[in-house]
Amino acid sequence: MDTVKLLAPIVLALPFLMFFVLGLLGNKMKPNVAGILGTCGLSIVAIVSYFIAISYFWGFGRVGEEYSQEILFNLDWLKMSETLPGLTIKIGFLLDPISAMMLVVISTVSLMVHIYSMGYMHGEEGFQRYYAVLSLFTFAMMGLVIATNIFQMYIFWELVGVSSFLLISFYFIKPSAVAAAKKAFIVTRFADMFFLIGILILSYYTETFQFLDLTAVSGDHATLVHDRMCGEEFFGFLPAISTAMFLIFLGGAGKSAMFPFHIWLPDAMEGPTPASALIHAATMVVAGVFLVARMFPVYFFEAADVLTLIGYIGAFTSLFAAVIACVQTDIKRVLAFSTISQIAYMFVALGVSGYTSEHEACLGYTSSMWHLFTHAMFKACLFMGAGCIIHAVHSNEMSAMGNLAKKHMTITHITFLVSCLAIAGIPPFSGFFSKDEILVAAANKDTVLYVCQAFVAGLTAFYMFRLYFRIFWWNENESYKHHAPHEAPKNMTVPLIVLSIFTCFMWIEKFFPFFPDKITADRKTLDLEFDSVIAGASVLVALVGIGLAYWLYKEKNDKPDAIASKVKCLYISASHRFYIDEIYLFVTRNIIFGGICKAIAWFDRHVIDGFMDMLGWTARESASGIRDVQSGNLQKYALGYILGVIIIAFFVFCSL
Amino acid sequence: MDYSQFLSMSHEISLVSLLIILLLADLVMGKKKSGFQACAIGLFAIHTVLGFTCFGESAGNAFADMYQSSDLHVLIKNILNIGTCIVLLMSYAWNEKENKEYVGEFYFLTLSTLLGMYFMISSGDFLFFYIGLELASIPMAALVAFDKKSKESAEAAAKYILTAAFSSGVMLFGISLIYGTCGSLYFDEVAYKFASATPLMVLAFVCFIAGLGFKISLVPFHFWTADTYQGAPTSITAYLSVISKGAAVFTCMAILFKAFPSSTEVWQTVLWIIIVLTIVVGNLFAMRQENIKRFFAYSSVSQAGYIMLGVIAGNEVGVSTTIFYILIYMFTNLAAFGVISIIERQAGKLNISDYNGLYSTNPKLAVMMMLALFSLGGIPPFAGMFSKFFIFVGLFKSGMIGLLFIALINTVVSLYYYLLIVKAMFIKENEKPIAKIESDKTTICAVVICTIAVIAIGFISPIYHYIESVSSALN
Repeated sequence: MDTVKLLAPIVLALPFLMFFVLGLLGNKMKPNVAGILGTCGLSIVAIVSYFIAISYFWGFGRVGEEYSQEILFNLDWLKMSETLPGLTIKIGFLLDPISAMMLVVISTVSLMVHIYSMGYMHGEEGFQRYYAVLSLFTFAMMGLVIATNIFQMYIFWELVGVSSFLLISFYFIKPSAVAAAKKAFIVTRFADMFFLIGILILSYYTETFQFLDLTAVSGDHATLVHDRMCGEEFFGFLPAISTAMFLIFLGGAGKSAMFPFHIWLPDAMEGPTPASALIHAATMVVAGVFLVARMFPVYFFEAADVLTLIGYIGAFTSLFAAVIACVQTDIKRVLAFSTISQIAYMFVALGVSGYTSEHEACLGYTSSMWHLFTHAMFKACLFMGAGCIIHAVHSNEMSAMGNLAKKHMTITHITFLVSCLAIAGIPPFSGFFSKDEILVAAANKDTVLYVCQAFVAGLTAFYMFRLYFRIFWWNENESYKHHAPHEAPKNMTVPLIVLSIFTCFMWIEKFFPFFPDKITADRKTLDLEFDSVIAGASVLVALVGIGLAYWLYKEKNDKPDAIASKVKCLYISASHRFYIDEIYLFVTRNIIFGGICKAIAWFDRHVIDGFMDMLGWTARESASGIRDVQSGNLQKYALGYILGVIIIAFFVFCSL
Repeated sequence: MDYSQFLSMSHEISLVSLLIILLLADLVMGKKKSGFQACAIGLFAIHTVLGFTCFGESAGNAFADMYQSSDLHVLIKNILNIGTCIVLLMSYAWNEKENKEYVGEFYFLTLSTLLGMYFMISSGDFLFFYIGLELASIPMAALVAFDKKSKESAEAAAKYILTAAFSSGVMLFGISLIYGTCGSLYFDEVAYKFASATPLMVLAFVCFIAGLGFKISLVPFHFWTADTYQGAPTSITAYLSVISKGAAVFTCMAILFKAFPSSTEVWQTVLWIIIVLTIVVGNLFAMRQENIKRFFAYSSVSQAGYIMLGVIAGNEVGVSTTIFYILIYMFTNLAAFGVISIIERQAGKLNISDYNGLYSTNPKLAVMMMLALFSLGGIPPFAGMFSKFFIFVGLFKSGMIGLLFIALINTVVSLYYYLLIVKAMFIKENEKPIAKIESDKTTICAVVICTIAVIAIGFISPIYHYIESVSSALN
């Protein structure tokens, strides 16, 4: 415990330090040195994170029946008020099962990405800058998951947004990258605005930011929130708790790309592929899930309606994104929509979850977190595999690929296949277990959600194997004659192997000890039941999806086109992502910019600017008017002095 | 007599011993003086460190409460020590080059004024306060005249000493009226008797404030400021604008709280008028200046008005925000003056138009100057924003919304002239910009320390919390 307390600050301080060192001095280093420095720094962070997680789960964390919530350090950063200590913004380290798990996820994926980028980004302009921003991101993400209070979380929440912006716009000479970065930043910031309002409402009533106070449960209530907010109404008609919690969820929905905020994520693929793997697949985008999980007791006990809504939004998004993923032709976009769909799965699991093991569907929380973990591993692996493929064929488009299995890309091929099997939910790969638990939880609570998610599971299997067959099978591409694809260098393949080992063997407790039964809403261990009917059904659905993909894409043929032309309407609208971007553009351009903003701009130009101009004009004129007072003549100074005394004294005496 | 009382004066005693050592060393070393400066700065640095570590423990009152000391007094003396340290670092190269022979005098005079300020700060009695004030003022005139070859320096000193004498006269008149009505010079007893606002008392009070207003350069007692700041050697200008002003503000606040607690209404009205005049007039004059030192003179007049906003708030928040503002203003202004002195010494340029295109030749200096100006203007996230914000919070809590509004509008105006310099340095073209400057190590070191402080202090919350925790001593 003491060692852990001693080591804990490293998790934040070291990445922050690396950011400064690489950011300020990076350009004076050779690119390789900067890369190695960044990677070494991150290895230390990873070791410390693993150490903290392991000694938490098998050491001091276990107190009696449940896992404790430890605050390793907590510095006051800004005191808002003397009388309300809860409203102090602190920077601290809250260690509980989910933050311990997140430490492992972030440090593992981040380390893999650091190693992989040494190969992938080799020779790129701005290599040092890339590593500096990776360090900034790791710092911010760590700060987010270990936050002891919701305001700290918000601060780091914005910091991950900034680093995401910097990484998406890494190739800032490409206009599309700049546009994507702006889009990502503006959309997530827009959602964060709701998050901030939510925080303000919540803390206005509860008078605290601290998670430990907010999520304290006794009996059937989240005590503090219940006492302070139950029955309160916001603006006179909105129930305060539900409003606050829904707004907070909207912030999470923005970061996690839930409908209708999902539009930024596919475009974010303009960034370097390993950065996409880290930020837009494994860690940052699950921040929303983490947020809901962190506030889960409040959602479950005090805002059950919001929680149900979250479940339905998740279900809709997962279906919606899965359909779009079926028709995309850019391999990174397929993965992006798949990410949206899988994160939505996690939201569904939270939406149906219960709190203690007495509640029905209590599996939901555990399976959501567990799916977060497994998804981070196999999706990062998929992205990095896609990076290797792009590296080999120099294109993101499926049409430039095909039959790569025969081109000596054995490692990429096998790891990609493993991850595809995992995401499709085929045993014994990790995705099967986590997804199966989600389906069990959904089946226990809500049949509609279960059917929807089972169908999405089939779609997932289909589009992932469409991707797989299209890349590795299909027919050989003509462009290979000019440029034969080759396997990526070792520093790119090793991370793939590591992540696919995680994916293959995560279910064996002896091999991989972070077994999900420790991560529950009430922090007690849970007996995981294995429902063979549901498991069998979901495997069957997955196999159907894979079989369909095999039938359509195993070799070059015109069946896919024939089917597409039969459901032309659906196909076209899906490949245009159901025109959501167009709707956004219409609303912002025509209604907001054209209508509201014009009026505001007029007010700004004429009234506000006019007032400021008047201020400036008056100041300038009076400045030249009074400059003669400062004549340099000492007698006049003394006169001014004594007149000042007399006039002030007289004036004060009259006014009293 | 109980000699253990002297122990509570550890700051003063340490500084006096330092002064004696320097005086003797000056005599012994003759004209060569190699190593004298390093030695003096080293000793003063030790004095500063001691101030932080062990001088606070023996704080208490002495000599029948004429001398008062508490954690708050120790803190403000420590702040002044840090500032003086930075000023000494900044003047190192100037002394080496220009004043090799008189360097002993320079240190003796500077530290004497500091000693005077210590006494001012710790005074518990008007007489004691007056002696401290004079000790802080008279050597200062000699310092202003230190550039012996320069006519302007002599003119500045003449204006300074004459105005100082004049304001001392007015102030003594005020003090004598106070003594006449209350029959005592002790702050505590004056506080007890000075309750109702008779015309005599109002006059006494205004005369007294005028004397301090001269030191803080509040309008209309500020006329000397521009001429003196412009003519004095740059490091002395820095010292005047920061250390001398900081000590005077703190003393003013302490005396208002200790000696006139029951006539808050009187001094709040007086200060209200003075502050509005100060901020507005300072801003208006600053806009039109062409000489950078003169510009900073008016900027410091207007900043003094902002500092006094903390005093007028009259509550505990006001005390801590005032001290916080002094601390941050000290680092910020010293950073700016450091850059000015480097440019003056190496390039001989003092006009704002000479700064055009500075960024193209001396990017580091330009950036540090920019940070200082941003902080002075109150642009987040630099320290100046935090100090202004806290001051405004204190003012808001005390309910003076009208004053707050005037101050806010003037912040906008002040941004205009601060950014004019940034614009000159970064945007304006210049055919012959100041050539690349090799800055001397000590000055640049001082500037870098200040710049780091400007960036960091706002974020290091323990500093403000500490100030807050000790500032209850005044109420």
